[in-house]
Amino acid sequence: MSDTRYHPPVRLFWWTTKRSYFLFVMRELSSLFVAWLVLFLILLVRAVSRGEAAYESFWDWADTPWVVAINLLAFAFLVLHTVTWFNLTPQAMDLRLRGRRLPASAIIGAQYGGLLVVSAAIAWLVLR
Amino acid sequence: MTDESDDNITMRVTRYRPDKNDPPVPVDYGVPLRKEWTVLDGLNHIKAEQDESLAFRWSCRMGICGSCGMNVDGEPRLTCATFLSDYAPGPVRVEPLANFPVVKDLVVDINDFMEKLPRVKPWIIRDDDVTEIDGEYLQTPEELDAYKQFSMCINCMLCYAACPVYGLDPDFMGPAAIALAERYDLDSRDHGARERLDVLIEHEGVWGCTFVGECTRVCPKHVDPAGAIQRYKVKAAKESVMAFLLPRAAGR
Repeated sequence: MSDTRYHPPVRLFWWTTKRSYFLFVMRELSSLFVAWLVLFLILLVRAVSRGEAAYESFWDWADTPWVVAINLLAFAFLVLHTVTWFNLTPQAMDLRLRGRRLPASAIIGAQYGGLLVVSAAIAWLVLR
Repeated sequence: MTDESDDNITMRVTRYRPDKNDPPVPVDYGVPLRKEWTVLDGLNHIKAEQDESLAFRWSCRMGICGSCGMNVDGEPRLTCATFLSDYAPGPVRVEPLANFPVVKDLVVDINDFMEKLPRVKPWIIRDDDVTEIDGEYLQTPEELDAYKQFSMCINCMLCYAACPVYGLDPDFMGPAAIALAERYDLDSRDHGARERLDVLIEHEGVWGCTFVGECTRVCPKHVDPAGAIQRYKVKAAKESVMAFLLPRAAGR
């Protein structure tokens, strides 16, 4: 018997049809920018290890408009990455305290607290 | 057929009749807009008064049976729990559940789900010879609470219609099946976690999920399949690490 069912096609831009799908695809895309920032950091460490001239030329390169533009974009995606993953964590973690499930706000709050502590420690290292 | 007066709303229903229209076409029907009428009531009105050939599934009218799931204005919904007045002045689009092959009009083919469900063994598995004949399996209220949320699933498949991963890769086990596996894993009477993990640790099991989270958002019973899947990933990851660190202890 032939298949008389209709098979709805998946459109190339299916992720533009709903806000939640779009945000999801942007969150997935943000991984590329996370990878870029890791690479940027590795290049910085390499420049440091190669002496002052290499260090200076790294910052000359990092000051060029297109690198600044990429880094600004990367920062925006990094914020999206952080916020969306922090919001999703309570669903993946079933933490119980005295038999009762820890509320989502406590888990999300703890993550922002951790972020604040790490950021403050790095700021202290860089700015002191 | 449409009537745009205050007391009417247009329902734009997707019709698919394999012998007549391929691909499916939207057809407008005017139905009375009454405060207490659901989308399902509107469809029944169309079938009774305007076109008896319209095909759709329904049964209980009270959010228990899970058969009347359709896409309403692009969102997977139980049509018996979706009020027409929320879509006034209309038109309101009524389409078959997304991501499933369409058999006729609003009726989709759910065989894929029916084939997947038993693969996660959604029943109590014991590793001893105790049966119900030996007495009841007793459980404390806390033990019931551990899995109760995941036992509320009515197999309506709205989560499959909302899941883009399932749309792109029909081999993916899908939200409801994994949530039901978790329901039995968390049951204090069950010993089958190992057997289920063997099925779900595969790529088409939990790792297919990219945590879009739409399954949880559309679930009419607040089952939270996305949460179940992520917790399963934690379990699967732990299992893989243990197998790597303690190869001889693995597979207990």
